[in-house]
Amino acid sequence: MINRDLVIVGGGPAGLSAAKIAIDAGMKVTIVERFNQLGGQLIKQTHKFFGSQLQYAKTRGFDIANILIDDLAGYDNLEILLDATCVAMYPDKVLTIYQNNKYMKYKAKSVIIATGASEKFLAFENNDLPGIYGAGAVQTLMNIYGIKPGKEVVMIGSGNIGLIVSYQLIQAGVKVKALVEAASKVGGYLVHAAKLKRLGVDILLNTTVKKAIGKEKLEKVVTVKLDDNWQEIANTEKEIKTDALCISVGLSPLHQLMSMAGAKMLDVSELGGYVPKKSCDYETTIPNVYACGDVTGIEEASSAMVEGKITGLMAVKHLGFKLDNMEKLEADLNDQLCILRQGPCGEKIRCGLKKVGEIYD
Amino acid sequence: MSKKDIIICRCEDVSLADIHKALDMGYRDFESIKRILRVGMGPCQGQTCSNLIKNEIARYNKVHPETVKTHKIRPLVSGVVLKDIAESKDE
Repeated sequence: MINRDLVIVGGGPAGLSAAKIAIDAGMKVTIVERFNQLGGQLIKQTHKFFGSQLQYAKTRGFDIANILIDDLAGYDNLEILLDATCVAMYPDKVLTIYQNNKYMKYKAKSVIIATGASEKFLAFENNDLPGIYGAGAVQTLMNIYGIKPGKEVVMIGSGNIGLIVSYQLIQAGVKVKALVEAASKVGGYLVHAAKLKRLGVDILLNTTVKKAIGKEKLEKVVTVKLDDNWQEIANTEKEIKTDALCISVGLSPLHQLMSMAGAKMLDVSELGGYVPKKSCDYETTIPNVYACGDVTGIEEASSAMVEGKITGLMAVKHLGFKLDNMEKLEADLNDQLCILRQGPCGEKIRCGLKKVGEIYD
Repeated sequence: MSKKDIIICRCEDVSLADIHKALDMGYRDFESIKRILRVGMGPCQGQTCSNLIKNEIARYNKVHPETVKTHKIRPLVSGVVLKDIAESKDE
């Protein structure tokens, strides 16, 4: 059994931000990351971030990942496990980690769950044809491995991921034949949608995908119009020729570790699915187990980084470690989160967080 | 619409037709459907299909999806070779 003050599961923006605070306070920390490099989704994000300078606005996602990773260099109280999956968490904070066919047990005084989220899937005819991808897979192929998913693509979903990945596809020389959205308006920021419009992308609102057609692989997509009650309207089917279909219809939190350890979980649609009930200290119902980032509700990397710092700080505080100006730092971070969640774009997340007990007014 | 061509659980190759048939046979909750169709028991452990199945159960029982429970999560979250567990020296 390997003993640690803190084990952080997930090396994305939330986990890395939490680690920095904890190692600065002198905690003995392990980060467990499933992929072969740190950074989470940031490493696939080629666009510049919006928002505040505090969360690296105007910097590209993969550059933010490098900043966060560089911040962790030179600490001998930090262990980073790559290609390592935390396969289980038990109520006594024993974690089993599987890395290169090695099965290891860690006993943690505190745990931060920063596992992120996975993509939601869509049910339509022939949805298992080769050529049908999730938006995350498309980003991984293009931006990590330099591989185009197809010559042409139809994008399903107009949230920020759907909009940004469409733009990246165009940048990579792929023709975006249509962007399909079931709702009556675009889900993501208008500035991204406007960019696609200017590039001549057909944005089809009140529309969904009815079926995929193809023998060995995807050849055509059939779309259909929806009425106000999300029902298909007869005789509005349209065929679009394409060799790739990209699904971007939202994410759901990777809640499994907390669920299996017996933390109280809540199903909150605004947050993407099962999320942990948390105290105002970001602690789950299992003492000294904290959660931050997308696993506590689907948001953006900017808020994941701030949440990561807060949970790092809570782990430091609860185990009796110290940092300079801890109270001021905590107040500042909470203010930053409130600012990030202001305005109409933050409405959904505010509504969801109210259901788990965090109050934003 | 060909329900047998709509794949709900990719890991265990379960279609919408299979889910509807199970519901019609009286299996009305996730755990029961899991036991006869193996949904949620493959490599992704239900991370892909659970939302879709939850919605189908809600529609069939005419309740809100947030009130439908999905399957119980148990260790481990992904496949581990038994030999590797046996050979781990940890106590």
